Amino acid sequence: MAVALDAPRTGRPRGGAVARPRTIRYVGALMTTSLSDRACIVGIGETAYCRAPGSGKTELGIQLEAARAALADAGLGPRQLDGVMPFPNLGSAEELAANLGIANLRFAATVHMGGAAPVASLQVAAAAVVSGSADYVLLPAGWNGYSGRRVRESVAVDSSLLPGGAIARDYYLPHGLTAPPQWYALIARRHMHEFGTTPEHLGAIAIAMRKHAQLNPGAVMKDKPLTMDAYLASPMVTAPYRLFDCCLETDGGAAVVVTTRERARDLRRHPVAILGVAAAQPYPADEITNRKDLFATGLTLAAPRAFAMAGVTPADIDFAEIYDCFTFEVLQQLEETGFCGRGEGGPFVEGGTIELGGALPVNTHGGLLSEAHALGMSHIVEAVRQLRGDGGERQVAAAALGVVTGWGDFGDGSIAILGRA
Amino acid sequence: MSEAVAIPRPLPSRHGLAGEFYAWCAKGELRFQRCSGCGTWRHVPREMCAECGSVAWAWERSSGRGRIYTWTVVARALHPGFAADAPYAPVVVEMEEGVRLLGRMVDCPPAELAIAMPVEVVFVAVAPEVTLPRFRRT
Ligand SMILES: [Zn+2]
Repeated sequence: MAVALDAPRTGRPRGGAVARPRTIRYVGALMTTSLSDRACIVGIGETAYCRAPGSGKTELGIQLEAARAALADAGLGPRQLDGVMPFPNLGSAEELAANLGIANLRFAATVHMGGAAPVASLQVAAAAVVSGSADYVLLPAGWNGYSGRRVRESVAVDSSLLPGGAIARDYYLPHGLTAPPQWYALIARRHMHEFGTTPEHLGAIAIAMRKHAQLNPGAVMKDKPLTMDAYLASPMVTAPYRLFDCCLETDGGAAVVVTTRERARDLRRHPVAILGVAAAQPYPADEITNRKDLFATGLTLAAPRAFAMAGVTPADIDFAEIYDCFTFEVLQQLEETGFCGRGEGGPFVEGGTIELGGALPVNTHGGLLSEAHALGMSHIVEAVRQLRGDGGERQVAAAALGVVTGWGDFGDGSIAILGRA
Repeated sequence: MSEAVAIPRPLPSRHGLAGEFYAWCAKGELRFQRCSGCGTWRHVPREMCAECGSVAWAWERSSGRGRIYTWTVVARALHPGFAADAPYAPVVVEMEEGVRLLGRMVDCPPAELAIAMPVEVVFVAVAPEVTLPRFRRT
């Protein structure tokens, strides 16, 4: 078995004039290298994504459909599964196991990080299979985000769904600051003030995601291209966020299966290795407004650890699937991941850098903004698809290393660096 | 001042540290916790000081003055209780004591908001037993 400890991968020179000035500090390398390159994603599955009239399925039904697809992709039966990681607040291990026929469930865990949960769960799943706590772990996610309860409503009604729910209830909601775009808009506005980030920078992100969606037959926004004029003309929701800065609300789901590198060799598809993975929280995680550093998120801590674990740097990455709940969060995560420096995200996303054919294609499937809102799991699925070379019209040429991030709650962050095994 | 509210809006808890914070607001005083060990002001209220570990603290009175740190303009309310208010602008104000407090402006059209604009706290009763801190220009 080849275990890549601190051995750096060979960095390949990149074209273009994109500045990548940030030095990655190898923080915590000794603590985290033991998981590097020892677990793989061996199966991916998705349902169809839709808005009106809705999926017509239960949320459990959506997750089961995505799970069955992921198992079939891996060439596994449900009786071989012995681990499951339900998405926070969207299902239980018990009902997933009972429906799928997982008769040997011996590992179940949920990472409570909202949209950062799927990528953070890769870390936990990798630890579980490497340690022998489980052999094959299923990560399902799926919901009726359009036809069922909407996030923007449920959060306002039930603040217990949030970390620091009592803080949101006592100090945010009474002032009419009731939903995620309103919280995050506070960070975006300050970023504009400190670094000169513009609406056109945010628009470049929305347009890139929309362009990629035109190459994805499953994207909800297929055949609906977006121009800068149309972006700027879209109605304000919560300034500086316009309608097209906001993710879709859709029905559907996705799932992946994780196992060890050794077991992965015997399965149906070529495995994708988890080379680096980390998750962390901002400080304090339960309150945004009093952070000393408003732009530091969980990803700020997690990204250097993940790169150190993988032995690569941001300059080595061929594409990135960045959790895109809103456009500015993409910009902020590009900075905090180290693809550009703090405050350089606006210029970085201009000029096609993040589009297919650019130096760092971002959200090749269209993302939450233009494909569908599958809770971040579809970002992992797309990264695996790219690394298998199954991207079709939207395939990144010679894709060998990809980054996937998650963003949740008040800035919880997670990141995985994936590569062809 | 008071506001007529047709659809129930979310209100803060009247218990615990939040209850104490808002009880001071109802008396027309803005008070924050201040650590008795190291003197650090803090908001939101916490059980202990993250700087020095002390669990001793007191509610000390703020000058009530600060500057806008950031804001958003809610053009389309995402909670029905605030639909009639839109557009409205939640602002984060950095108080002279160093802590930041979320509120809304009572006298400033959203288009005139600016970072570092000086403001001072005022108090608005939003329900029979709940008074919120808000801000006006100085
Ligand atoms: Zn102290």
